[in-house]
Amino acid sequence: MALDFLIQLLVNGFIIGLLYGVVAMAFVLIYKSSLVVNFAQGEFLLIGAWACWWLLAKFSLPFYLAFIFTLVFMTIFGILIQLIILRPLIGEPIISIIMVTIGLSIFFQALMNWMFGVFVEPFPKIFSTESVNLLGLEVQTVYIMSGLISLLIMISFAIFFKKSRLGLAMRATAFDQQAAQSLGVSVKQVFSAAWGISAIVSAVAGIVFGIVNGISSGIAFMGIKVFPAVILGGLDSVLGAILGGLVIGLLEHFAHYLDVQYLNVGNMIRIAPFYVLLIILMIKPYGFFGTKDIERV
Amino acid sequence: MSIKKFRPCGDFRTSYSSDMSLFQDKGSFYLTLFGIFLLLIAPLLFDSYIISLLIYIGFYGIAALGLNLLVGCTGQISVGHAVFFGFGAFASAWLSNKFFFPVWISIPTAAIMTAFVGLIFGIPAARVKGLYLAIATLAAQFIMEDFFSRASWFTGGVDGASAEPLKIFGFYFDTDEKYFYVVLFWLIISFLMVSNLMRTRDGRAFLAVRDHYLSAEMMGINLTKYRILSFGISSLFAGLGGALYGHYLNFVSIEEFNIQLSIFFLAMIIIGGLGSIRGSLMGAAFMVLLPEVMDALTRLLSDTSIDQALSLSSAIPFIKEASIGLVIILFLIFEPNGLAYRWGQIRAWFKLYPFSY
Repeated sequence: MALDFLIQLLVNGFIIGLLYGVVAMAFVLIYKSSLVVNFAQGEFLLIGAWACWWLLAKFSLPFYLAFIFTLVFMTIFGILIQLIILRPLIGEPIISIIMVTIGLSIFFQALMNWMFGVFVEPFPKIFSTESVNLLGLEVQTVYIMSGLISLLIMISFAIFFKKSRLGLAMRATAFDQQAAQSLGVSVKQVFSAAWGISAIVSAVAGIVFGIVNGISSGIAFMGIKVFPAVILGGLDSVLGAILGGLVIGLLEHFAHYLDVQYLNVGNMIRIAPFYVLLIILMIKPYGFFGTKDIERV
Repeated sequence: MSIKKFRPCGDFRTSYSSDMSLFQDKGSFYLTLFGIFLLLIAPLLFDSYIISLLIYIGFYGIAALGLNLLVGCTGQISVGHAVFFGFGAFASAWLSNKFFFPVWISIPTAAIMTAFVGLIFGIPAARVKGLYLAIATLAAQFIMEDFFSRASWFTGGVDGASAEPLKIFGFYFDTDEKYFYVVLFWLIISFLMVSNLMRTRDGRAFLAVRDHYLSAEMMGINLTKYRILSFGISSLFAGLGGALYGHYLNFVSIEEFNIQLSIFFLAMIIIGGLGSIRGSLMGAAFMVLLPEVMDALTRLLSDTSIDQALSLSSAIPFIKEASIGLVIILFLIFEPNGLAYRWGQIRAWFKLYPFSY
């Protein structure tokens, strides 16, 4: 019984971890290209999920249309945020950048609560079957779908950065801004593109999360949960973000198992990642894959 | 202390004593005295609602002062200041309930206890800085919130803790008008303490750590010591503010010291002006009055077509919250130096009128 429960939790942890990985990837994308720590990443998820829900519920569009409209909207939204809010702050001290994204996060969370209410809204049904039997385990269809979507996003990211012109420009900018600029890469465009892509990816993650658990402002907490993942993997490593997300997802569900079975302290699923975060920061502040910041005087 | 009669047109201090003076000229000295006098007679002039707002400005101002010392003067970003504020509130209630400390002793004792907790939480600051420190304090925020909810021996758990009203020699400070003087007393003490601290070697060391920590270290400043010390002093004021808050409301619940409150404090010092002592109080006043202004605006618009279209009156809590976020963004883009800087500009304009060059 206990073993079954553990495996069930670990499967859930794996799927949630993949989602964390996707959000962490979106976070790292912004940090890597424009050195902005986006505390409002969770709100991107929330806005994406609510936008899709609104299109589905109010206009009863088919899911794929609503999905595409949401993605288009989120691209424009991400680029506009970068243009209006973040561009005037280029070169400001780090506290200003952190605070402006925190301000964005409060603003949009309040706005979403105002527009859509504070209660959990379930997504309209998309799949007919509730759960499938996978190797003797009952796994919900939405979980499998969310895992597949996460993997799909990761693979398309890899292809995007390896093959496409914009992806290469973004990698070049992340590597050395001045060199990229002198080779004709428009750094401004790269910054906007990073925010746009990050907003799209977050919106997809938000929709998936909304389908699994229903939409509420709780989705925005994913934006905070992403910090343990990115610190574990290193703030500027996409691969590290995916692995970090997976590790955090598995670890928090394992902590939940320990909690339920032995410790009975409660709330471990929420708090355990932050203990990990503190420990990682103390022993290896640049994570496992991050670049070390070497300072010369 | 040598005080100049007139305010000079620039920074023309010629002796060490004038460099060390708290007030630059007689004008600002008298202005401060006049301000304190106005506050002393405020309970006679205003009704208790305005006094309660002033009390809120008082203890938030004390906490913001501590945070400004940490973020503005030492350059250490903390996104977990609310838990120190909360710790102070719980510690004071705990001391007076369990150990029967008189409240006027338990408030400063709680502040000192919070300072020690702050020293412990400052240890990551010795190792990480900037962005990483911000994330570490974010983690500390959630861990401490969790601690509050499970340490029922200390906080009373979900029931919260009750805090007795302040009493000195049988005289109860139970109404807003009476409690106002307690807060005012501690506010003045705190601002004097920090102003004096910034004039000492330690205060200058804080500034050096902020401006360029490598140069500071080369000049013989012990970085680890000053970073942790800054956390400790900052928590001292947060704890003091929290203790005053607890004994004002007579009840402390575990729900209040969440990340929103931490951001609220950060917003105060950004709006007031990073590294400015009087800015902390200005920022606190701004942030306390902002929800009131939003409230008044919403009421002004009630029963108009805008109200019906957006259902404003039912959305007041969200409007207040959104306005906080919006104000942070607008200040960072348009006035990153804060209200204190703007105040200085206005004073300079009057001083130099009509020949400002």
